[in-house]
Amino acid sequence: MKILVGYKRVVDYNVRIQVKPDGSGVVTDGVKLSANPFDDIALEEALRLREKGVAEEVIVVGIGPADLTAHLRNGLAMGANRAIHVVTSESVQPLTAARVFLKLIEKEQPGLVILGKQAIDDDANQTGQMLAALWDRPQATFASNVEIADGKATVTREVDAGLEVIETELPAVITTDLRLNEPRFIKLPDIMKAKSKPIDTIEFGSLGVEAHDHLKTTHYAAPAKRSKGVMVKDAAELVAVLKQKGLL
Amino acid sequence: MSKILVIAEHLGGKLNSSTARAVSAAAAVKPEVIDVLVLSDAPDAIAAEAAEIDGVSRVLTIAKPENAHPLAAVLAPQIAKAAAGYSHVFVPSTTFGKDIAPRVAALLGVAQVSDVMSVEAAHTFKRPIYAGNAIITVEADASHTVVATIRSASWPAAGNGANSAPIEALSVDAALPTHTRFVELKQGSSDRPDLQSASKVVSGGRGVGSKENFEIIYKFADRIGAAVGASRAAVDAGYVPSEMQVGQTGKIIAPALYMAIGISGAIQHLTGIKDAGTIVAINKDGEAPIFEIADFGLVGDLFKIIPELEQALG
Ligand SMILES: Cc1cc2nc3c(=O)[nH]c(=O)nc-3n(C[C@H](O)[C@H](O)[C@H](O)COP(=O)(O)OP(=O)(O)OC[C@H]3O[C@@H](n4cnc5c(N)ncnc54)[C@H](O)[C@@H]3O)c2cc1C
Repeated sequence: MKILVGYKRVVDYNVRIQVKPDGSGVVTDGVKLSANPFDDIALEEALRLREKGVAEEVIVVGIGPADLTAHLRNGLAMGANRAIHVVTSESVQPLTAARVFLKLIEKEQPGLVILGKQAIDDDANQTGQMLAALWDRPQATFASNVEIADGKATVTREVDAGLEVIETELPAVITTDLRLNEPRFIKLPDIMKAKSKPIDTIEFGSLGVEAHDHLKTTHYAAPAKRSKGVMVKDAAELVAVLKQKGLL
Repeated sequence: MSKILVIAEHLGGKLNSSTARAVSAAAAVKPEVIDVLVLSDAPDAIAAEAAEIDGVSRVLTIAKPENAHPLAAVLAPQIAKAAAGYSHVFVPSTTFGKDIAPRVAALLGVAQVSDVMSVEAAHTFKRPIYAGNAIITVEADASHTVVATIRSASWPAAGNGANSAPIEALSVDAALPTHTRFVELKQGSSDRPDLQSASKVVSGGRGVGSKENFEIIYKFADRIGAAVGASRAAVDAGYVPSEMQVGQTGKIIAPALYMAIGISGAIQHLTGIKDAGTIVAINKDGEAPIFEIADFGLVGDLFKIIPELEQALG
């Protein structure tokens, strides 16, 4: 079977995000970009399934501007067989991304689609669930363990109450949580090999996906800051101040 | 005028407090109607609890054996049908709501507003992005149903006791898939307060050092009646189960008192506690970033300080 993996490029998780003074956005010029951490986990899981013989082909998908190629090459260097680059200079909201994936699914007929549970830029946590709805297939979100056997996926999900195990038929959409695996590091020879792997480019406009955004962002603001408090000298003083505030 | 459908979250026959928080957010829209929808195999007791929440107009129930467990693929088509005639569908932004709401939105062909922190107008909301390092104002298309998840930590639970809203059974005609089955829920059994609604939380980080050492955190938490949380590093190291993680990818909480013990204060952890009333940090490293946001900081070895705190409590 084929596995389709969403591979989004985002501002690196170590970057301290600054809101532009005029509230029109966040500063992204010259800021380090990396793969969304959850997507690296998605790709790693797909590669492991291929190594176990569950899948034959792993395809990374990126939606974004022309210069996304270098990012997709990283996905290929990590081990994906090929990449699909849906080219658009516009930013894409989750519903639109899900519609794009559905188009690619119709063409590629994957047995599994693995996406990150959220991208750490918009933190929306929507695309996988939306895709599963549009595709009318099962979803297993926030996965911390995945077993594929006999045409079924048994997925352990990190939920607020603990760990939930569900079983789904295939094809299905899985979204990854952080504890699913630890992504491998890219090795130099793999970067060389990746250069000869194919990247299909598809113009967003040619997919026939409705691009209308239902949500408009009208303002960006920095969050309210918590100010630095006071240092206490010992345990007794800490207990005293907390008691005084009625907290203990 | 707005009509809002709030989807109830429940477990083990009990309503989760995230539901009353979502009702608060609904009330902020100043709608004509706030109905709560309970999907369950046995909704009666849950519906009775929901009917007491202030501001609720009606409680609707969909009782089906298939609704025994919250499977998104099963619940979403029913919610999408039930949403007809409502201007807004609000769902708590917990793992329950995050799983289900986008599936509902996609079935309705609309976008979703995730993690609503404030309601500016009926179709205008504030929500966090970049792990809470920026807050955006978003406007939803007024010609569509608004599907939104409600960031529990931003909203107080609506009061209860004074209301007794009518409860009505709803029947929806939705085809339910059989491709997804619930197997089990492995739940840490705990008599401690619930992490998401507790007024006091004591969290331990990598500095606690081991699963065995975590006993000192549990013991202290029990002493002051607090829930217990943890950093991702403590979870990843196997000191505690994953449901105890606080932060961007764990639980976002807003207790009156949060005590971070042996936690450095990474941005992803702080995202989970920004709305706490008072933050206390105990760390042996005086330079730890947690002290930048703590209301009260104490530098020292946690294994020495915790017994001293217990002693000072008397
Ligand atoms: C995408 C992404 C999402 C993430 N989500 C989360 C999340 O939801 N929640 C989260 O917590 N993290 C999250 N992280 C991880 C986060 O970046 C940090 O790695 C993590 O929070 C560190 O945990 P810690 O503070 O326990 O460990 P450390 O950073 O190792 O800090 C341990 C602290 O303990 C102190 N210490 C050690 N011994 C003692 C002692 N005896 N007495 C007192 N103090 C002591 C040390 O001085 C140190 O400050 C995420 C990371 C990524 C990339």
